[in-house]
Amino acid sequence: MKAAAFSYARATSIADALQLLARHGDDAKVLSGGQSLMPALNLRLARPAILVDIGRLSELRGVTVASDKVTIGALTRHVDLLGSREIAEMLPLLREATAQVAHPAIRNRGTIGGNLAHADPASELPACMLALDATLVIRGLDRERRVAATDFFQGIYATALAADELLTGIEIPLPAPGTRHFFHEYARRSGDYALVGLAAMARADNGRLSDLRLGYFAVGDRPQLARAAARLVGVDVTPELVAEAKAELATELDPATDQQATAAMRRHLAGLLLENCLATVLDRPELARGQSS
Amino acid sequence: MIAAIAIALTVNGEPVTAEVKPRLNLADFLRDDLGLTGTHVGCEHGVCGACTVRLDGAIVRACLTLAVQADGSAVETIEGLSDSGEIADLQNAFRDRNALQCGYCTPGMLITAQDLLRQKPQPDRAEIREHLAGNYCRCTGYHAIIDAVESTARARTERAT
Repeated sequence: MKAAAFSYARATSIADALQLLARHGDDAKVLSGGQSLMPALNLRLARPAILVDIGRLSELRGVTVASDKVTIGALTRHVDLLGSREIAEMLPLLREATAQVAHPAIRNRGTIGGNLAHADPASELPACMLALDATLVIRGLDRERRVAATDFFQGIYATALAADELLTGIEIPLPAPGTRHFFHEYARRSGDYALVGLAAMARADNGRLSDLRLGYFAVGDRPQLARAAARLVGVDVTPELVAEAKAELATELDPATDQQATAAMRRHLAGLLLENCLATVLDRPELARGQSS
Repeated sequence: MIAAIAIALTVNGEPVTAEVKPRLNLADFLRDDLGLTGTHVGCEHGVCGACTVRLDGAIVRACLTLAVQADGSAVETIEGLSDSGEIADLQNAFRDRNALQCGYCTPGMLITAQDLLRQKPQPDRAEIREHLAGNYCRCTGYHAIIDAVESTARARTERAT
C-alpha cells in the first residue's frame, strides 16, 4: 500500500524540531531513519498529519566515550554501531545485538534512537538498554530530562516520550572490567523479529555471580529484566538452582501466542536461553541444555 | 492540498530536479517519475528487498525511503549498475546458473550481492546467505543465487591475482 498524505518539515536544528513538535503535538511523527515508521505509514497503521524529519541533525549522530560512560547520539545508525571500534571494545553486547537487527539495507538507514523510540517489544536494542542499565536523554522545548531504560519502555510501541519531546541520545555506563555478556535470539529466519531473545550482562567472582542482568525481549508487551536473576546471585549455581530459576522465569514472563509461536514455546525457549547464558558467563558448559543432571 | 517539495539529486550520475509530494517513496519516484522501472516494488513495507537501491553508496530499501529524504543524495539503481558494466560478470553468472526465473527479485539480489562483494571480496556461502537474507526469491530456492555470487567472487579474485 501507499502511505496516506502527510505534510513534511525538515528540522534545521534540535530547537527547530522541538518547536515543530510543540506546534503539531500528536499530529506529528518524528522521522529519522524511517525503517519502522515507513512500514507503518505504508500499511496505514500510522496516519500523521506531518512528519518532522530530524535526519539531517548531524549533531545527534555519533559515539563519544568519557571516563565512565559511552554516549550514543539518537541518529547513530545501526551500521555506525557495527563499524564503531569503541562499541566493539566497550559494549560488545550492543555490537552482537545490532548485527541481528533486520538486514544490511535496513541497518544502513535505521537509527538507534528510532529503534528505541519505536519500542517494539520484540526488538533487540531495547532489551540491551535494560541489560546495560542505560539512561535515555530526552529533550523538550524548555528542559532536558534523563529516564532510566527500565522506566522508558511502557508497553507495545509506548514509551515515556511525550508528543513534544525528542529522544536525543543514550548514555551507557562503562561495564566494570571482567563483565561478561550473552546475547542470543531464536527467530524463524535470519533478520526476522525474535520469537524470544535474551541480552544479558554478568559479573562473576570465584565462580559466583555478583551481578546478573537478564534483558528478555519478545516475552510480553515490553522488554523485561527478569527478577529470577536475583536467585542466582551470590550463591553456588547448581543444576537444581537453575531449574528453580527457570520455573520462576516461566511464571514472571507473560509472552503472547501468535502465528510464530505459542506462549508455552516462548517460555520454554526463555528457559533454554537462561541455561545457555549461565553456561557462557560462568564458563560452565554443563549448565546448558542436555548437559546438566 | 499538500504542497510539493523541490528536490535535487543525482540518479545514476545524472542530475535530477523534481517537485514531489512528501508521501512519495523513492521507489515510486524512480519508477513513475523517472521511468526507471528496474527498481521493483514488492511488499512496500521493507520485507522483500525487491526495491533495493544505492543511496550515497549504501544499499537501502527504496520503499522505506521518501523521495524528499534523497534530496541532495546520489542514487544508483540497477539501470546504473547494469549500464556501467560494474556487475556484468555477476549478471552473466546469474544467467549461467539459472539464478532467476521470473526475475522480479533479481535487481535487488544483484545490488545486494554486489554490496557484499564490495565489502568482502571472498565471502563464504554462509556469509552470502546472511547478506542476502533480506531479499526474497519465490522461484529459485536460493541455491542457484548463492552459487552465482560465489562463482563471481571466485572469478574476480582469480582475475585480481
